[in-house]
Amino acid sequence: MSLEKLLKEKGYEAVIGLEIHTELQTNSKMFCGCPARVFGLEPNTAVCPICLGLPGTLPVPNQKAVEWTVKIALALNCKINEFSQFHRKNYFYPDMPKNYQISQYDYPIGVNGYLEIETSKGQKRIRIHRVHLEEDTGKLVHVGRTGRISEAEYSLIDFNRAGVPLVEIVTEADIETPEEAKVFMQTLRSVLLTLEVSDCNMEEGSLRCDANVSIRPKGSTSFGTKTEIKNLNSFRALEKGLEYEIKRQLETVLSGKKVVQETRHWDDANKRTVTLRTKEEAHDYRYFPEPDMVPMEISTQIVEKIRSELPELPFEKKKRFIREYSIKEKDAGILVSDKEMAEFFEEAARLSNNPQAVANIILSELLYHLNESDVWFSDIRITPKHISDLVNLLESGKISSKIAKEVFAEAFKTGKNPEEIVRERGLEQISDDTMLESIIYEVLNENPQAVKDFKEGKKQAIGFLVGQVMKKTQGKANPQMVNEKILEILSNN
Amino acid sequence: MSISKDEVRHVAKLARLELSEEEIEKFSNQLSQILEHAARVQELDLENLEPLTHAVDRRNVFRSDEVKECLSREEALSNAPEREGEFFKIPPIV
Repeated sequence: MSLEKLLKEKGYEAVIGLEIHTELQTNSKMFCGCPARVFGLEPNTAVCPICLGLPGTLPVPNQKAVEWTVKIALALNCKINEFSQFHRKNYFYPDMPKNYQISQYDYPIGVNGYLEIETSKGQKRIRIHRVHLEEDTGKLVHVGRTGRISEAEYSLIDFNRAGVPLVEIVTEADIETPEEAKVFMQTLRSVLLTLEVSDCNMEEGSLRCDANVSIRPKGSTSFGTKTEIKNLNSFRALEKGLEYEIKRQLETVLSGKKVVQETRHWDDANKRTVTLRTKEEAHDYRYFPEPDMVPMEISTQIVEKIRSELPELPFEKKKRFIREYSIKEKDAGILVSDKEMAEFFEEAARLSNNPQAVANIILSELLYHLNESDVWFSDIRITPKHISDLVNLLESGKISSKIAKEVFAEAFKTGKNPEEIVRERGLEQISDDTMLESIIYEVLNENPQAVKDFKEGKKQAIGFLVGQVMKKTQGKANPQMVNEKILEILSNN
Repeated sequence: MSISKDEVRHVAKLARLELSEEEIEKFSNQLSQILEHAARVQELDLENLEPLTHAVDRRNVFRSDEVKECLSREEALSNAPEREGEFFKIPPIV
């Protein structure tokens, strides 16, 4: 049974909030001049006295990282706090050399925003609680039989990532289904990519997601006990992890037990969540204002300047696509979900007088071939011009839609112009009436039974005859024309 | 305003300090005295004043986004109590 049905049947609903972290692709780290793009670097080679927390060093915030955070907050419709400051978050997990992480507490850069998402059930607004700036932590490797922290003999640290600018985005608990959570993440990712502040590579950890989830009787206004799930680091993991956890909580509650408030880890290999063993009292962070840095004042002028420089965001682009190219709303929504796809579409749509046909080809044929060959728009040979040419060939009746698929596949593979492919391979639709008629007569003579069936009133027999003609012409006939011609011939005899 | 022995134990644990029973007793008294002093300060009428979190009256001290030279790995690891190859080595966490 689907999770949705199961919840409905038992009279429960899920309440989900997400906490997303994205690493900013600035040149340097948040508080020092070490490089910020550290993925793949040799361990402990992008570190300095500041990010190693050596005594006597002073952190100085990276102006670009602050501006980019304002940019993200504005794109998420947040209010920008005029006064903002950094706090120390104290804890004893050894992923930071200072025993605290510089983060933000009661004066984050952005608050009270929202992001519109488009799910299978329509449009929905997910409120954003806050957007704040902090530093990323180092990476730990646990050495032991299993590589798990609980069974480690000792651990190793690479501090390269410590101090990389990290933006935390926290949603309100407005998300109701795993699908919504996934779509939210996808939408957020496309916003961040449009802003060009992060490469959002989930595999490399530059975009990460934790989820808070609880269940409650449908219609209840209070919240059930929540669990926090970590390691939801792909769209699929986010959806599957939440599905698993909601089911687990439902089973717990239905069997009369209580959900325990805890942090759980999504085990992607075994498709389940497991309790993450942490030390008690770990969450008493004793925040206090970072005395090594003075507060920030983000003036209205700066905010308005950054706002005026915001690129067109996916949601706005969607509205414009519908307005300018008269394409279906649903298609526009999918097209703008990826920046490269949107650009590709727009270039092809501008060259064509039928943007909807262009959208159709991109969303069916092109996406299919991209998935099949596991590449994306920046790596393909077929060009927007090819798509618009293909549309023209179809529109003018030069090729059938069946042949168009073949031409597309060839153009995708070779990067050849569709017109050239049609010419070279002789794929033009048969428009010569006499030639088509002689083929039809051939087919009628070869299939007397079908002809007889048709005459006796079995109208569906004509489908078979059309199919035979299409086969004989290797798809180069226009099926509708063939249909009409057969009807004409048979009713005259 | 007083700080109970349990609170001292809790704070000591958070700060990873090992305290004897005598020390807990002693610090419970001392911390209580400090808080009492703070409580006296709080009696002042500060109604129209913003909280002061920084002694220096400055705002917006930033650096530009430029990469500077890092330490070499050998330098970075030279103060580590323990290392293994390219990494800092630490005792088990949990």
